[in-house]
Amino acid sequence: MSAVIENHHDDHHHGPAEGITRWLFTTNHKDIGTLYLWFSFVMFLIGGAMAMVIRAELFQPGMQIVEPEFYNQMITLHGLIMIFGGVMPAFVGLANWLVPMQIGAPDMALPRMNNLSFWILPFAFFILLSSLFMEGGAPNFGWTFYAPLSTTYAPPSVTFFIFSVHIMGASSIMGAINVVVTIMNMRAPGVGLMKMPLFVWSWLITAYLLIAVMPVLAGAVTMMLMDIHFGTSFFNAAGGGDPVLFQHIFWFFGHPEVYIMILPAFGIVSHIIETFSRKQLFGYSSMVWAMLSIAILSFVVWAHHMFTVGLPLAAEIFFMWATMLIAVPTGVKVFNWVATMFRGSITFETPMLFAIAFVVLFTIGGLSGLMLAIVPADFQYHDTYFVVAHFHYVLVPGAIFSIMAAVYYWIPKWTGNMYDERLGKLHFWLSFIGVNVTFFPQHFIGLAGMPRRYPDYALQFADWNMVSSVGAFLFGFSQLLFLFIVLKTVMGGKKATDQVWEGARGLEWSVASPAPYHTFSTPPKIN
Amino acid sequence: MNKGAKKTLRKLIIAVPLMFAFGFALVPLYDVFCEVTGLNGKVFQSENNDSLVIDDGRLIALQFISTNNENMPWTFKPSEQVMKIKTGKYHTATFYVKNTTKKRMVAQAVPSVAPSNAAAHLKKLECFCFEQQELMPGEEAYLPVKLLVSNELPSNIKNIILSYTIFDITDYDEEILSHHDMEMGN
Repeated sequence: MSAVIENHHDDHHHGPAEGITRWLFTTNHKDIGTLYLWFSFVMFLIGGAMAMVIRAELFQPGMQIVEPEFYNQMITLHGLIMIFGGVMPAFVGLANWLVPMQIGAPDMALPRMNNLSFWILPFAFFILLSSLFMEGGAPNFGWTFYAPLSTTYAPPSVTFFIFSVHIMGASSIMGAINVVVTIMNMRAPGVGLMKMPLFVWSWLITAYLLIAVMPVLAGAVTMMLMDIHFGTSFFNAAGGGDPVLFQHIFWFFGHPEVYIMILPAFGIVSHIIETFSRKQLFGYSSMVWAMLSIAILSFVVWAHHMFTVGLPLAAEIFFMWATMLIAVPTGVKVFNWVATMFRGSITFETPMLFAIAFVVLFTIGGLSGLMLAIVPADFQYHDTYFVVAHFHYVLVPGAIFSIMAAVYYWIPKWTGNMYDERLGKLHFWLSFIGVNVTFFPQHFIGLAGMPRRYPDYALQFADWNMVSSVGAFLFGFSQLLFLFIVLKTVMGGKKATDQVWEGARGLEWSVASPAPYHTFSTPPKIN
Repeated sequence: MNKGAKKTLRKLIIAVPLMFAFGFALVPLYDVFCEVTGLNGKVFQSENNDSLVIDDGRLIALQFISTNNENMPWTFKPSEQVMKIKTGKYHTATFYVKNTTKKRMVAQAVPSVAPSNAAAHLKKLECFCFEQQELMPGEEAYLPVKLLVSNELPSNIKNIILSYTIFDITDYDEEILSHHDMEMGN
């Protein structure tokens, strides 16, 4: 796919507004993308600081730094902030920047809603974080907020938590609707569905998942609200309700949610591997079908999170097989990435390093997921650090590495400046080592039986916990280097060419670097 | 915004409240699913004895378990731990309760049956779990449950456990809870 370079006529009145109002009232997809990305970076640092508290407490056995109650608040907020404040807004930010440029559209379809969906997010997280300073403390029931722990036994701040989840949900739903309407209706002539770049495909599927499950999450927290304040008994056994029902509803949302956090990563990594292998992606259409099958299967596997609640045998077997089935399309994707690299002229710039690390480490996380899918084994692994290791492997070197890869890959297009390659590589290696030192030992202590969500542990787990904490500090502090690199690139640096990368293809590389404020005001011609 | 975009937008905006409603629909769906499959050890209806036919039935053991939910201070225990009962016949068991506190309290017992595939065959004509129990300070009572295990009970089941958990619901607004009474026999 290639396009003629757009003639941008310099209309001064079409440039960005001046000052703070530019950001408050902007309806420009690039501005909103930037806002989302910076917001998610701030949340990433806040959630990361909480992770540092957790790992500092776990550095040695015994109670060291924080009270157990505060520790519980930290694990809860760390999870919620990283998922809803870090990963999801980062992907929405990338979608804002890239989807219109990749399909040759002038902007998102619903620019005002786009502004709204971003600007309600800071309020949601302000409410959530303010609960730290309330009487009784912040929510302390884990990011999965199982009832009745989150209803009958919750601190009073749970109501603020519920409203903040409502706002986050509204923001995600609006963002998702915007993406679907844009992709379905604003593609430049010639960009057929099966010609769309894979990042666009991955986001189309993700957006449908969001629209399907975020309202269910809103329903779940609404039921909690009613149980807490209006005397209903959805989850209260004393009134005829059932706490297991909560887990079914939550994971009906929660499992598609984990694919919401990984599908856009698949799209990003496909672009990067293709570019730096200087080859066309292997198996484009199988990539699309694989993502579709993963998305559909994600609705019928939720109960694998709750094998130990006393499901009947038939249900356990069904959910075990359905879960294992997901390994098939995921395997297709991994093999396609490897096949794309095979006999390619590969160079190892920072985005490519992150993308290759993604493929390797995400696969490790996928394999431990398969182990967890095995019902009899899961009874042993359930709620241990093995689970913690598993989902951090798919989320940190999975989702987050893909976001970092995307930032390095597209930041020359966004800012017009090349990032510092030496610092970028340093950031990669520090992160790569840090992430593995942090999470790999957690497999061992999990298999040995260390339960998750406790501020203290038995002495035999001490050594690996210390290793894990050292890795976490290394990973955590290297992200300040990432912040420095991004700021340095925004300030200046070697000028980027329009194509930026030798092997880069796609409409976004046909516009100038930095991308002008308005691109594709007239649709590009596609050959 | 072009026409196509408006159409897509309309569809998606309809999908959102539908999925929200679906989340709530999962609540009755879950109960129906449990009722149909007999999972979760729930007994959903008490039946009249019109289905009784002459059949000598067989002897099974019915065990009782009583549990106090969290800080529920009452004494609560079955009068007999095990009853030998005949299938197809009504039997009455009693549970002893005593309000050991110095204040008026209201309690609600919630039953569960194990194994779960026995639940559909256990029929209660009357049960203290259908109602709330109100006891004055120091008051005690024997609470009856009149039940029958139908002859269709799978032959491999020789032992049924009926357990009750008693909850303190004094603080609940009784008006709100009263409409639950009908369903409470669960």
